[in-house]
Amino acid sequence: MSQQIPISVNVNGTLYERAVEPRLLLSDFLRHELELTGTHVGCEHGVCGACTVLLDGDAVRSCLLFAVQVDGHGLVTVEGLAPDASSDRLHPLQEAFREAHGLQCGFCTPGFLMTLVAFLEENPHPSEREIREVISGHLCRCTGYQSIVEATKIAARRSA
Amino acid sequence: MDNRHNDRLTIEGGVRAAIPHDSARKHVSGEATYTDDIPVPDGTLYAAIGISTHAHARITSLDLVPVASAPGVVAVLTAADVPGHNDVGPILQDETIFADGVVEYAGQSIFAVAARTIEQARRAARRAIVEYERREPVLTIDAALAAERFVLPSRTIRRGNPQASLAAAPHRLRGTLEMGGQDHFYLEGQVALAIPQEDGDMMIYSSTQHPTDVQRQVGRVLGLRVNAVTVEVRRMGGGFGGKESQAALFASVAALLANVTGRPVSLCLDRDDDMIMTGKRHEFHITYDVGFDDDGLIRGIELVMASRCGMSADLSGPVNDRAMFHADNAYYLENVSITSHRLKTNTVSNTAFRGFGGPQGMMGIEWVIDEIARHLGKDPLEVRKRNLYGDTERNVTPYEMTIEDNILHQLIEDLERSSDYQARRAAIHEFNATSPVLKRGIALTPVKFGISFTATHLNQAGALLHVFTDGSVHLNHAGTEMGQGVMTNVAQIVAEELQLDIDRIKITATNTGKVPNTSASAASATTDMNGAAAADAARTIKRRLIDVAVERFRVEPSQVAFRRNEVVIGDRVMPFEELVSLAHAARVQLSATGFYRTPKIHYDAERLRGRPFYYFAYGAAVSEVVIDTLTGEYMFPRVDILHDAGNPINAAIALGQVEGGFIQGMGWLTTEELYWDEEGRLMTHAPSTYKIPACGDTPPDFRVTLLESGQNREDVVYRSKAVGEPPLMLAISTFHAIKDAVASVGDYRLSPRLSAPATPERVLLAVEELRARLAARLVQLQPIEVH
Ligand code: FES
Ligand code: FES
Repeated sequence: MSQQIPISVNVNGTLYERAVEPRLLLSDFLRHELELTGTHVGCEHGVCGACTVLLDGDAVRSCLLFAVQVDGHGLVTVEGLAPDASSDRLHPLQEAFREAHGLQCGFCTPGFLMTLVAFLEENPHPSEREIREVISGHLCRCTGYQSIVEATKIAARRSA
Repeated sequence: MDNRHNDRLTIEGGVRAAIPHDSARKHVSGEATYTDDIPVPDGTLYAAIGISTHAHARITSLDLVPVASAPGVVAVLTAADVPGHNDVGPILQDETIFADGVVEYAGQSIFAVAARTIEQARRAARRAIVEYERREPVLTIDAALAAERFVLPSRTIRRGNPQASLAAAPHRLRGTLEMGGQDHFYLEGQVALAIPQEDGDMMIYSSTQHPTDVQRQVGRVLGLRVNAVTVEVRRMGGGFGGKESQAALFASVAALLANVTGRPVSLCLDRDDDMIMTGKRHEFHITYDVGFDDDGLIRGIELVMASRCGMSADLSGPVNDRAMFHADNAYYLENVSITSHRLKTNTVSNTAFRGFGGPQGMMGIEWVIDEIARHLGKDPLEVRKRNLYGDTERNVTPYEMTIEDNILHQLIEDLERSSDYQARRAAIHEFNATSPVLKRGIALTPVKFGISFTATHLNQAGALLHVFTDGSVHLNHAGTEMGQGVMTNVAQIVAEELQLDIDRIKITATNTGKVPNTSASAASATTDMNGAAAADAARTIKRRLIDVAVERFRVEPSQVAFRRNEVVIGDRVMPFEELVSLAHAARVQLSATGFYRTPKIHYDAERLRGRPFYYFAYGAAVSEVVIDTLTGEYMFPRVDILHDAGNPINAAIALGQVEGGFIQGMGWLTTEELYWDEEGRLMTHAPSTYKIPACGDTPPDFRVTLLESGQNREDVVYRSKAVGEPPLMLAISTFHAIKDAVASVGDYRLSPRLSAPATPERVLLAVEELRARLAARLVQLQPIEVH
């Protein structure tokens, strides 16, 4: 048995203290230890983007990080996107994806959302070109991306 | 009627409403539960599969002691431990769960292990010591043809006299088009969770398009009756055909391990194993011999389609049949022979993939037409139009089905106009004349795709509807949700039938215990069939409610009308739930099954003749490309699509299918290259080496229109048309646009040699090959000066 390392990490505003194996992936930590299964794993290679979460506000791929690396840091996953968990309200980006059909099977959706949240934070008025560029780091096998670009434009417009 | 009340009386989410996907809210909040997200019971074990590293070999020794003694391991299974049949072939029994002595592809399952964690299981699986006696693998289509290795007998469809017509035709061309396969790359990999039940029964949660197949296979493997196995799936993270027959192996392995340990077992493949172990779209070589006149009209044609089926039959029979049925695409082939070879190779067994052989069949004839046009110096579009099926004559397919719903003449004309095809083509020629490095190309290609399973008996669907006394509805049917929106479509149909707001309709997971003996969610017809079955159930309930109203209030049936959440009975109006409660009090059954079988179809599988399809779906696309002749790189600045989705249940969902299908087809024909090494090992088994389209690969100017006048001429539920598969084949225009751009390098005098996928590397080679041919020809034409 390999040794367990204690970590404490703030996820979606809740502090979690756990002892983990040093090689436990952050994606597995979130999905299996914390049961936050909204973060999906599509490739475990850092290519598809489905596992993207925010680490201190930056979009990162949780399949490329070990849980021990986020010790003492703050994470936001898709479950923490909506402004208020107790209400029905969604983040404007979530709302735009929902109503503008920015998804089909929905498996890629959380990853896109997390990248775009960070992106729009930094660049609230992106051009379509910029949106297409940032989205190009994610894979979606269903939509052909048009509706994802559309949804992002809608969200950007609304928050403008 | 007072118009102001119209809105108040229109239900939310009825047929024709472009409402969001039923799970959209859960998708964006992360709450949507996929199979791997289901909370597992305590004590659940995790499985991994040990696979062959050889494409063809005899296993001389299999030492699993190191596996069994690895940390956390609870059970290890091989072929000897299968209580029932060691087989998962969906049609023929020719595919083992665990290899028994001989392996026939690199990646074939040999044994399985269950351990306390997924890491432990995967690590343990790698510790097996397997010794092989290598046999020569047969890997390619050419090698299998030479060795005459088939998974199924070859078939031929013949009409008229192709030989004589070829001989008599003014022009004749021969050649071969090669096209590669395609990995499904559903974002969610294969996954199954097996939970043992009392009496030795098994509950399976599987990411599958075909719960009934998983149920039957697990039953066969465990030696149980079908009624002892229940399979459930709420949603998949994509399927595209890759979870039709392929899910059974993984569910079976999980079930076997659960059975032997008495504990729940979860099996979730990682991406590499998924790509190595699961079947793909069939690779095809299509050889043609075509005779035609000065206008490009085809007089006679012989097509030989050779496909790489892999090590077993799987669904290769119907896939290749469908390829044959689409070898005509939209064109009348009066004198024709179509031969199909289904080749056995030492590679993973190829399987269903959106289009199911249709795309390969169509690619063949589209290439031939393009070749004819280039030979005659004509616009390929002109030759396409010249050969189109007629409306009332020249309208019988090689398999003797009369086409009654052809709309392509008008559709192509409309698209040609709306896309400004002619002016853009002229501008492209002008551009190419003065642009030395960048070259543009354009192509318009049509799609005619037959809807129905070719195996007639599969064209049936069932539904189950409960109405509760508060007026809420529980809906279940045979369709499975893989993102295509079938749950939303069918719920909209039920909402419409019962005139209830859609939030009253509870969509529930597909479950073999609720609707039995189902067909796969495939062949694009899932909404057609399950929507009709659900409508049937809703109408049964409605009839019963009307009877209650008639009896109770002494009115005529015609005086009972359902309108938004209410029922009008004579001159009184009552909430829907009130009538339901009255029915319950009167002891009237509030649960109904519904059933549908597609009418009119019939088909002689021996002779490959009949009406295998209920109707056809049509569309056309114009793609424009610009290629860099120094690197082979390219991009598509603009794509225009006009597609006939009939009168769609939900136009937003239909549009998504068109856009997504097109981009997926574009991937198949452009960037998605599967590569096996000489030993038959797949080298492209992750997104780092296998490139599906990203947003940056899609056309920045993408104009997708659903045909406004769309109406299914057949009596399909609400006159919609199947839209899952047909749009994929619109992407054949991307390939031919690239070919057009390459042709410009030789001033359109020579036809490029290009195969699919047209990766940048292949485009560059095609450019250089064309330049070389051109140079050789110029040398030949020049009088040779002798000193
Ligand atoms: S799972 Fe992390 S990038 Fe694909
Ligand atoms: S919606 Fe299915 S992968 Fe993006």
